[in-house]
Amino acid sequence: MSKIHVTTTINGDEVEFLCDPRETMLDVLRDRLGLTGAKEGCGTGDCGACSVTVDDRLVCSCLMLGAEAEGKEIATVEGIATEEKLHPLQKRFIEYAALQCGVCTPGILVAAKNLLERNPDPTETEVRYWLAGNLCRCTGYDKIIRAVMDTAAEMREAS
Amino acid sequence: MQYHTPATFGDAVAIASGAEGVTRFLAGGTDVLVQLRSDLVEPDNLIDIKRVPGASDITKNPDGSWTLGVAATGAEMSEHAELGRDWPGLVEAMDLIGSTQVQGRATLTGNLCNGSPAADSVPAMFAAGVTVSVTGPDGMRQVPVEQIPAGPGKTNLAKGELISAVHVPARRAGGGDAYLRFIPRTEMDIAVVGCGVNLALNGDTITEARVALGAVAPTVVMVPDAAAAIVGTTLDDAALAKLSEAAAAACNPIDDKRGTIAFRTHVAGVLARRVARIAYDRAKG
Repeated sequence: MSKIHVTTTINGDEVEFLCDPRETMLDVLRDRLGLTGAKEGCGTGDCGACSVTVDDRLVCSCLMLGAEAEGKEIATVEGIATEEKLHPLQKRFIEYAALQCGVCTPGILVAAKNLLERNPDPTETEVRYWLAGNLCRCTGYDKIIRAVMDTAAEMREAS
Repeated sequence: MQYHTPATFGDAVAIASGAEGVTRFLAGGTDVLVQLRSDLVEPDNLIDIKRVPGASDITKNPDGSWTLGVAATGAEMSEHAELGRDWPGLVEAMDLIGSTQVQGRATLTGNLCNGSPAADSVPAMFAAGVTVSVTGPDGMRQVPVEQIPAGPGKTNLAKGELISAVHVPARRAGGGDAYLRFIPRTEMDIAVVGCGVNLALNGDTITEARVALGAVAPTVVMVPDAAAAIVGTTLDDAALAKLSEAAAAACNPIDDKRGTIAFRTHVAGVLARRVARIAYDRAKG
Protein backbone atom coordinates (compact mmCIF):
# COMPACT_ATOMS: atom_id res chain seq x y z
CA MET A 1 0.00 0.00 0.00
CA SER A 2 1.49 3.33 -1.02
CA LYS A 3 1.93 6.01 1.58
CA ILE A 4 0.64 9.57 1.41
CA HIS A 5 3.09 12.49 1.43
CA VAL A 6 1.93 15.30 3.70
CA THR A 7 3.39 18.78 4.25
CA THR A 8 2.10 20.60 7.29
CA THR A 9 3.09 23.04 10.04
CA ILE A 10 3.42 21.78 13.61
CA ASN A 11 4.09 24.27 16.43
CA GLY A 12 5.34 26.75 13.83
CA ASP A 13 7.76 24.40 12.10
CA GLU A 14 7.22 23.05 8.59
CA VAL A 15 7.05 19.26 8.77
CA GLU A 16 6.86 16.60 6.08
CA PHE A 17 5.88 13.00 6.65
CA LEU A 18 4.70 9.88 4.88
CA CYS A 19 1.69 8.09 6.37
CA ASP A 20 -0.66 5.24 5.70
CA PRO A 21 -4.18 6.47 4.77
CA ARG A 22 -5.58 4.75 7.89
CA GLU A 23 -3.21 6.50 10.29
CA THR A 24 -4.69 9.16 12.51
CA MET A 25 -3.01 12.48 13.22
CA LEU A 26 -2.40 11.13 16.73
CA ASP A 27 -0.55 8.10 15.30
CA VAL A 28 1.55 10.41 13.14
CA LEU A 29 2.40 12.78 15.99
CA ARG A 30 3.39 10.00 18.38
CA ASP A 31 4.85 7.29 16.17
CA ARG A 32 6.33 9.17 13.20
CA LEU A 33 7.24 12.59 14.62
CA GLY A 34 8.14 11.67 18.21
CA LEU A 35 5.69 14.21 19.64
CA THR A 36 4.30 12.06 22.45
CA GLY A 37 2.59 14.86 24.39
CA ALA A 38 -0.82 14.06 22.90
CA LYS A 39 -2.04 10.82 24.49
CA GLU A 40 -4.35 8.08 23.28
CA GLY A 41 -6.97 7.53 25.97
CA CYS A 42 -10.01 6.17 24.16
CA GLY A 43 -9.26 6.53 20.45
CA THR A 44 -12.92 7.41 19.83
CA GLY A 45 -13.12 11.15 20.58
CA ASP A 46 -14.57 10.79 24.06
CA CYS A 47 -11.69 11.57 26.43
CA GLY A 48 -9.83 14.54 24.92
CA ALA A 49 -6.34 13.33 25.91
CA CYS A 50 -5.25 13.67 22.26
CA SER A 51 -6.47 17.29 21.89
CA VAL A 52 -4.57 19.50 19.46
CA THR A 53 -5.55 22.57 17.48
CA VAL A 54 -5.82 22.61 13.70
CA ASP A 55 -5.89 26.15 12.30
CA ASP A 56 -6.71 27.28 15.87
CA ARG A 57 -9.69 24.94 16.08
CA LEU A 58 -9.66 22.46 18.98
CA VAL A 59 -10.03 18.85 17.78
CA CYS A 60 -9.30 15.29 18.86
CA SER A 61 -6.25 14.17 16.88
CA CYS A 62 -7.53 10.57 17.13
CA LEU A 63 -10.55 11.60 15.02
CA MET A 64 -8.49 13.13 12.25
CA LEU A 65 -6.38 11.36 9.65
CA GLY A 66 -2.74 12.30 9.24
CA ALA A 67 -3.49 12.86 5.56
CA GLU A 68 -5.94 15.62 6.49
CA ALA A 69 -3.09 17.70 7.95
CA GLU A 70 -1.92 18.79 4.47
CA GLY A 71 -1.51 22.58 4.47
CA LYS A 72 -2.82 22.99 8.02
CA GLU A 73 -1.29 24.61 11.10
CA ILE A 74 -1.24 22.19 13.99
CA ALA A 75 -0.42 23.06 17.58
CA THR A 76 0.31 20.50 20.30
CA VAL A 77 1.23 20.69 23.98
CA GLU A 78 4.92 20.69 22.98
CA GLY A 79 4.48 24.20 21.55
CA ILE A 80 2.92 25.77 24.65
CA ALA A 81 6.07 26.58 26.62
CA THR A 82 8.57 29.00 25.05
CA GLU A 83 12.21 27.97 25.38
CA GLU A 84 12.77 27.60 29.13
CA LYS A 85 9.62 29.47 30.13
CA LEU A 86 6.44 27.63 31.03
CA HIS A 87 3.06 29.01 29.96
CA PRO A 88 1.08 30.55 32.87
CA LEU A 89 -1.37 27.63 32.61
CA GLN A 90 1.46 25.14 33.07
CA LYS A 91 2.78 27.04 36.11
CA ARG A 92 -0.67 27.10 37.74
CA PHE A 93 -1.26 23.41 37.04
CA ILE A 94 2.00 22.60 38.89
CA GLU A 95 1.30 25.06 41.70
CA TYR A 96 -2.24 23.75 42.29
CA ALA A 97 -1.30 20.10 41.71
CA ALA A 98 -4.04 20.07 39.07
CA LEU A 99 -2.85 16.68 37.89
CA GLN A 100 -2.00 13.29 39.30
CA CYS A 101 -1.15 10.69 36.68
CA GLY A 102 -0.85 13.38 33.99
CA VAL A 103 -2.34 11.49 31.04
CA CYS A 104 -5.15 14.02 30.56
CA THR A 105 -2.96 17.06 31.24
CA PRO A 106 -1.56 17.76 27.74
CA GLY A 107 -5.05 17.70 26.24
CA ILE A 108 -6.44 19.90 29.00
CA LEU A 109 -3.62 22.43 28.57
CA VAL A 110 -4.20 22.62 24.81
CA ALA A 111 -7.97 22.95 25.31
CA ALA A 112 -7.68 25.55 28.09
CA LYS A 113 -5.16 27.64 26.14
CA ASN A 114 -7.50 27.62 23.14
CA LEU A 115 -10.39 28.76 25.37
CA LEU A 116 -8.40 31.63 26.90
CA GLU A 117 -7.33 32.82 23.45
CA ARG A 118 -10.98 33.01 22.43
CA ASN A 119 -12.37 34.20 25.74
CA PRO A 120 -9.90 35.75 28.21
CA ASP A 121 -12.61 36.15 30.87
CA PRO A 122 -14.66 32.93 30.96
CA THR A 123 -17.12 32.12 33.73
CA GLU A 124 -16.58 28.92 35.69
CA THR A 125 -19.56 27.42 33.86
CA GLU A 126 -17.99 28.27 30.50
CA VAL A 127 -14.71 26.65 31.56
CA ARG A 128 -16.51 23.52 32.75
CA TYR A 129 -18.49 23.18 29.52
CA TRP A 130 -15.44 23.91 27.35
CA LEU A 131 -13.45 21.21 29.14
CA ALA A 132 -16.34 18.72 29.32
CA GLY A 133 -14.64 16.70 26.57
CA ASN A 134 -11.42 16.32 28.58
CA LEU A 135 -11.84 13.47 31.03
CA CYS A 136 -9.67 13.22 34.14
CA ARG A 137 -9.95 10.14 36.34
CA CYS A 138 -7.69 11.37 39.17
CA THR A 139 -8.33 14.90 40.34
CA GLY A 140 -12.08 15.37 40.39
CA TYR A 141 -11.68 18.47 38.16
CA ASP A 142 -11.86 21.10 40.89
CA LYS A 143 -8.16 21.92 40.91
CA ILE A 144 -8.11 21.96 37.11
CA ILE A 145 -10.97 24.43 36.93
CA ARG A 146 -9.41 26.64 39.63
CA ALA A 147 -6.06 26.59 37.83
CA VAL A 148 -7.70 27.70 34.57
CA MET A 149 -9.81 30.41 36.24
CA ASP A 150 -6.83 31.84 38.14
CA THR A 151 -4.58 31.70 35.07
CA ALA A 152 -7.22 33.64 33.15
CA ALA A 153 -7.29 36.31 35.89
CA GLU A 154 -3.49 36.45 35.97
CA MET A 155 -3.23 36.79 32.18
CA ARG A 156 -5.86 39.54 32.15
CA GLU A 157 -3.89 41.50 34.75
CA ALA A 158 -0.65 41.00 32.86
CA SER A 159 -2.05 42.22 29.54
CA MET B 1 -8.08 1.85 1.92
CA GLN B 2 -7.59 4.59 -0.63
CA TYR B 3 -7.87 8.22 0.46
CA HIS B 4 -9.16 10.70 -2.14
CA THR B 5 -9.31 14.50 -2.06
CA PRO B 6 -11.45 15.55 -5.04
CA ALA B 7 -11.55 19.25 -5.93
CA THR B 8 -15.20 19.19 -7.02
CA PHE B 9 -18.36 17.30 -6.08
CA GLY B 10 -18.44 16.04 -9.67
CA ASP B 11 -15.04 14.43 -9.16
CA ALA B 12 -16.24 12.97 -5.85
CA VAL B 13 -19.25 11.44 -7.60
CA ALA B 14 -17.03 10.02 -10.35
CA ILE B 15 -14.76 8.34 -7.78
CA ALA B 16 -17.70 6.99 -5.77
CA SER B 17 -19.55 5.77 -8.88
CA GLY B 18 -16.56 3.83 -10.14
CA ALA B 19 -15.53 2.45 -6.74
CA GLU B 20 -15.72 -1.19 -5.70
CA GLY B 21 -16.55 -2.27 -2.17
CA VAL B 22 -17.31 0.10 0.68
CA THR B 23 -17.18 3.86 0.05
CA ARG B 24 -17.41 6.53 2.73
CA PHE B 25 -17.39 10.30 2.41
CA LEU B 26 -15.30 12.18 4.95
CA ALA B 27 -16.12 15.64 6.29
CA GLY B 28 -15.65 15.93 10.07
CA GLY B 29 -15.05 12.21 10.50
CA THR B 30 -16.46 12.07 14.03
CA ASP B 31 -18.49 8.99 13.09
CA VAL B 32 -16.56 7.67 10.07
CA LEU B 33 -13.21 7.56 11.88
CA VAL B 34 -14.68 5.94 14.99
CA GLN B 35 -16.17 3.21 12.79
CA LEU B 36 -12.89 2.86 10.88
CA ARG B 37 -10.74 2.65 13.99
CA SER B 38 -13.03 0.20 15.78
CA ASP B 39 -13.02 -2.04 12.66
CA LEU B 40 -16.81 -1.70 12.28
CA VAL B 41 -16.53 -0.26 8.77
CA GLU B 42 -13.32 -0.43 6.77
CA PRO B 43 -13.92 1.66 3.67
CA ASP B 44 -12.11 0.62 0.49
CA ASN B 45 -12.39 4.22 -0.62
CA LEU B 46 -12.55 7.24 1.65
CA ILE B 47 -13.46 10.45 -0.16
CA ASP B 48 -12.55 13.62 1.74
CA ILE B 49 -14.79 16.41 0.42
CA LYS B 50 -13.31 19.23 2.52
CA ARG B 51 -11.09 20.48 -0.31
CA VAL B 52 -14.08 21.23 -2.53
CA PRO B 53 -14.20 25.06 -2.68
CA GLY B 54 -16.98 26.44 -0.47
CA ALA B 55 -17.48 23.19 1.43
CA SER B 56 -17.10 24.97 4.76
CA ASP B 57 -19.01 28.16 3.92
CA ILE B 58 -22.07 29.44 5.78
CA THR B 59 -23.87 31.89 3.47
CA LYS B 60 -27.00 33.98 3.88
CA ASN B 61 -28.64 34.34 0.48
CA PRO B 62 -30.32 37.56 -0.77
CA ASP B 63 -33.78 36.05 -0.11
CA GLY B 64 -32.89 35.42 3.56
CA SER B 65 -32.39 31.67 3.17
CA TRP B 66 -29.14 30.01 4.18
CA THR B 67 -26.75 27.70 2.34
CA LEU B 68 -24.47 25.67 4.57
CA GLY B 69 -21.47 23.84 3.17
CA VAL B 70 -21.38 20.14 3.96
CA ALA B 71 -18.15 20.53 5.94
CA ALA B 72 -19.27 23.55 8.01
CA THR B 73 -18.75 22.50 11.61
CA GLY B 74 -20.94 22.80 14.68
CA ALA B 75 -18.45 25.28 16.14
CA GLU B 76 -18.67 27.46 13.04
CA MET B 77 -22.48 27.36 13.20
CA SER B 78 -22.50 28.31 16.90
CA GLU B 79 -20.10 31.20 16.29
CA HIS B 80 -22.30 32.59 13.49
CA ALA B 81 -24.45 35.11 15.38
CA GLU B 82 -26.87 35.82 12.53
CA LEU B 83 -27.54 32.15 11.84
CA GLY B 84 -28.26 31.73 15.55
CA ARG B 85 -30.73 34.62 15.49
CA ASP B 86 -32.60 33.16 12.51
CA TRP B 87 -32.47 29.47 13.52
CA PRO B 88 -31.67 29.16 17.24
CA GLY B 89 -33.24 25.69 17.46
CA LEU B 90 -31.16 24.29 14.62
CA VAL B 91 -27.95 25.75 16.05
CA GLU B 92 -28.66 24.58 19.61
CA ALA B 93 -29.45 21.07 18.37
CA MET B 94 -26.14 20.86 16.51
CA ASP B 95 -24.32 22.34 19.51
CA LEU B 96 -25.58 19.54 21.78
CA ILE B 97 -23.53 16.96 19.87
CA GLY B 98 -20.35 15.92 21.67
CA SER B 99 -17.58 17.97 23.21
CA THR B 100 -15.82 21.17 22.16
CA GLN B 101 -13.36 18.94 20.27
CA VAL B 102 -16.15 17.10 18.44
CA GLN B 103 -17.84 20.43 17.63
CA GLY B 104 -14.62 21.48 15.92
CA ARG B 105 -15.17 18.79 13.30
CA ALA B 106 -18.76 17.51 13.35
CA THR B 107 -21.18 18.58 10.60
CA LEU B 108 -24.94 18.64 9.98
CA THR B 109 -24.53 16.50 6.88
CA GLY B 110 -22.47 13.92 8.75
CA ASN B 111 -25.05 13.75 11.51
CA LEU B 112 -27.75 13.20 8.87
CA CYS B 113 -25.84 10.63 6.82
CA ASN B 114 -24.72 8.63 9.87
CA GLY B 115 -28.39 7.65 9.99
CA SER B 116 -28.84 7.51 13.75
CA PRO B 117 -32.48 7.86 14.85
CA ALA B 118 -31.09 9.72 17.88
CA ALA B 119 -29.10 12.30 15.86
CA ASP B 120 -29.69 15.64 17.61
CA SER B 121 -29.51 17.96 14.62
CA VAL B 122 -31.90 15.90 12.48
CA PRO B 123 -35.24 16.62 14.25
CA ALA B 124 -34.27 20.31 14.19
CA MET B 125 -33.56 20.08 10.44
CA PHE B 126 -36.87 18.25 9.84
CA ALA B 127 -38.75 20.93 11.81
CA ALA B 128 -36.96 23.77 10.01
CA GLY B 129 -37.94 22.39 6.58
CA VAL B 130 -34.33 21.97 5.50
CA THR B 131 -33.61 20.63 2.03
CA VAL B 132 -30.33 19.17 0.79
CA SER B 133 -28.67 19.13 -2.62
CA VAL B 134 -27.97 15.55 -3.64
CA THR B 135 -25.30 15.28 -6.34
CA GLY B 136 -24.97 12.01 -8.19
CA PRO B 137 -24.17 10.42 -11.56
CA ASP B 138 -27.42 11.85 -13.00
CA GLY B 139 -26.77 15.40 -11.82
CA MET B 140 -28.11 17.34 -8.88
CA ARG B 141 -31.52 17.39 -7.24
CA GLN B 142 -32.89 19.12 -4.18
CA VAL B 143 -34.49 16.79 -1.64
CA PRO B 144 -36.41 17.48 1.60
CA VAL B 145 -34.27 16.28 4.49
CA GLU B 146 -37.06 13.93 5.65
CA GLN B 147 -36.39 11.77 2.59
CA ILE B 148 -32.76 11.02 3.51
CA PRO B 149 -32.92 8.67 6.57
CA ALA B 150 -33.96 5.10 5.74
CA GLY B 151 -33.37 3.31 9.04
CA PRO B 152 -30.72 2.95 11.73
CA GLY B 153 -27.38 3.61 10.01
CA LYS B 154 -29.00 3.75 6.56
CA THR B 155 -29.86 6.52 4.10
CA ASN B 156 -31.77 6.61 0.82
CA LEU B 157 -28.72 7.88 -1.07
CA ALA B 158 -27.80 5.63 -3.98
CA LYS B 159 -24.31 4.51 -5.00
CA GLY B 160 -22.33 7.49 -6.23
CA GLU B 161 -24.64 10.04 -4.61
CA LEU B 162 -23.59 12.50 -1.95
CA ILE B 163 -25.06 15.53 -0.22
CA SER B 164 -23.36 18.62 -1.61
CA ALA B 165 -25.13 21.45 0.26
CA VAL B 166 -27.65 22.11 3.03
CA HIS B 167 -30.40 24.67 2.43
CA VAL B 168 -32.19 26.29 5.36
CA PRO B 169 -35.28 28.36 4.51
CA ALA B 170 -35.52 32.09 5.19
CA ARG B 171 -36.70 32.95 8.69
CA ARG B 172 -39.80 35.05 8.25
CA ALA B 173 -41.02 37.55 10.87
CA GLY B 174 -43.14 35.89 13.55
CA GLY B 175 -41.33 32.57 13.41
CA GLY B 176 -39.25 30.59 15.88
CA ASP B 177 -37.73 27.17 16.42
CA ALA B 178 -36.35 25.13 19.30
CA TYR B 179 -34.88 21.73 20.10
CA LEU B 180 -34.58 19.82 23.35
CA ARG B 181 -33.46 16.31 24.13
CA PHE B 182 -33.66 14.15 27.22
CA ILE B 183 -30.41 12.62 28.47
CA PRO B 184 -29.73 11.23 31.96
CA ARG B 185 -26.74 13.54 32.44
CA THR B 186 -26.11 17.18 31.57
CA GLU B 187 -23.54 16.96 28.76
CA MET B 188 -22.26 14.69 26.02
CA ASP B 189 -24.76 11.89 25.80
CA ILE B 190 -27.02 10.37 23.16
CA ALA B 191 -30.66 11.47 23.11
CA VAL B 192 -33.19 9.19 24.79
CA VAL B 193 -35.78 11.37 23.08
CA GLY B 194 -35.23 14.52 21.00
CA CYS B 195 -37.83 16.99 19.75
CA GLY B 196 -37.65 19.88 17.28
CA VAL B 197 -40.44 22.40 16.70
CA ASN B 198 -40.65 25.27 14.22
CA LEU B 199 -43.60 27.70 14.32
CA ALA B 200 -44.96 30.72 12.50
CA LEU B 201 -47.41 33.10 14.19
CA ASN B 202 -49.90 35.69 13.10
CA GLY B 203 -50.31 37.83 16.20
CA ASP B 204 -50.69 35.27 19.00
CA THR B 205 -52.10 32.53 16.78
CA ILE B 206 -49.99 29.74 15.32
CA THR B 207 -50.43 29.65 11.54
CA GLU B 208 -47.86 26.98 10.66
CA ALA B 209 -46.06 24.34 12.69
CA ARG B 210 -43.62 21.51 12.10
CA VAL B 211 -42.89 18.99 14.85
CA ALA B 212 -40.26 16.22 14.61
CA LEU B 213 -39.16 13.57 17.10
CA GLY B 214 -35.87 11.70 17.41
CA ALA B 215 -34.98 8.39 19.09
CA VAL B 216 -38.56 7.12 19.21
CA ALA B 217 -38.65 5.21 15.89
CA PRO B 218 -36.19 3.62 13.41
CA THR B 219 -35.65 7.07 11.89
CA VAL B 220 -36.30 10.62 13.02
CA VAL B 221 -39.99 11.22 12.25
CA MET B 222 -42.19 14.16 11.34
CA VAL B 223 -45.36 14.28 13.45
CA PRO B 224 -48.00 16.09 11.38
CA ASP B 225 -50.73 15.29 13.93
CA ALA B 226 -48.74 17.13 16.60
CA ALA B 227 -48.41 20.14 14.30
CA ALA B 228 -52.15 20.04 13.51
CA ALA B 229 -52.90 19.99 17.25
CA ILE B 230 -51.45 23.47 17.74
CA VAL B 231 -52.09 25.26 14.41
CA GLY B 232 -54.91 27.80 14.84
CA THR B 233 -54.33 27.98 18.61
CA THR B 234 -52.47 30.36 20.92
CA LEU B 235 -50.70 27.34 22.46
CA ASP B 236 -53.17 27.27 25.34
CA ASP B 237 -53.32 24.35 27.79
CA ALA B 238 -55.83 22.41 25.70
CA ALA B 239 -53.61 22.70 22.61
CA LEU B 240 -50.54 21.63 24.60
CA ALA B 241 -52.40 18.57 25.91
CA LYS B 242 -53.38 17.57 22.36
CA LEU B 243 -49.82 18.16 21.20
CA SER B 244 -48.52 15.83 23.92
CA GLU B 245 -51.01 13.12 23.00
CA ALA B 246 -50.14 13.33 19.30
CA ALA B 247 -46.39 13.20 20.01
CA ALA B 248 -46.77 10.15 22.25
CA ALA B 249 -49.01 8.46 19.66
CA ALA B 250 -46.30 8.87 17.00
CA CYS B 251 -43.74 6.94 19.05
CA ASN B 252 -42.59 3.50 17.98
CA PRO B 253 -39.48 3.19 20.13
CA ILE B 254 -37.31 0.35 21.35
CA ASP B 255 -36.41 -0.70 24.88
CA ASP B 256 -32.69 -0.29 25.42
CA LYS B 257 -30.18 0.67 28.07
CA ARG B 258 -30.99 4.34 27.62
CA GLY B 259 -34.75 4.14 28.05
CA THR B 260 -37.81 1.94 28.00
CA ILE B 261 -40.65 2.15 25.49
CA ALA B 262 -42.98 3.55 28.16
CA PHE B 263 -40.45 6.14 29.29
CA ARG B 264 -39.60 7.31 25.79
CA THR B 265 -43.27 7.58 24.85
CA HIS B 266 -44.04 9.62 27.96
CA VAL B 267 -40.99 11.88 27.57
CA ALA B 268 -41.84 12.57 23.90
CA GLY B 269 -45.10 14.16 25.03
CA VAL B 270 -43.43 16.19 27.76
CA LEU B 271 -40.63 17.41 25.51
CA ALA B 272 -43.02 18.36 22.69
CA ARG B 273 -44.87 20.67 25.10
CA ARG B 274 -41.69 22.27 26.41
CA VAL B 275 -40.12 22.72 22.97
CA ALA B 276 -43.31 24.18 21.49
CA ARG B 277 -43.42 26.70 24.35
CA ILE B 278 -39.83 27.80 23.72
CA ALA B 279 -40.41 28.07 19.95
CA TYR B 280 -43.61 30.04 20.60
CA ASP B 281 -41.83 32.50 22.91
CA ARG B 282 -39.06 32.94 20.34
CA ALA B 283 -41.63 33.50 17.58
CA LYS B 284 -43.26 36.19 19.72
CA GLY B 285 -39.83 37.88 19.91
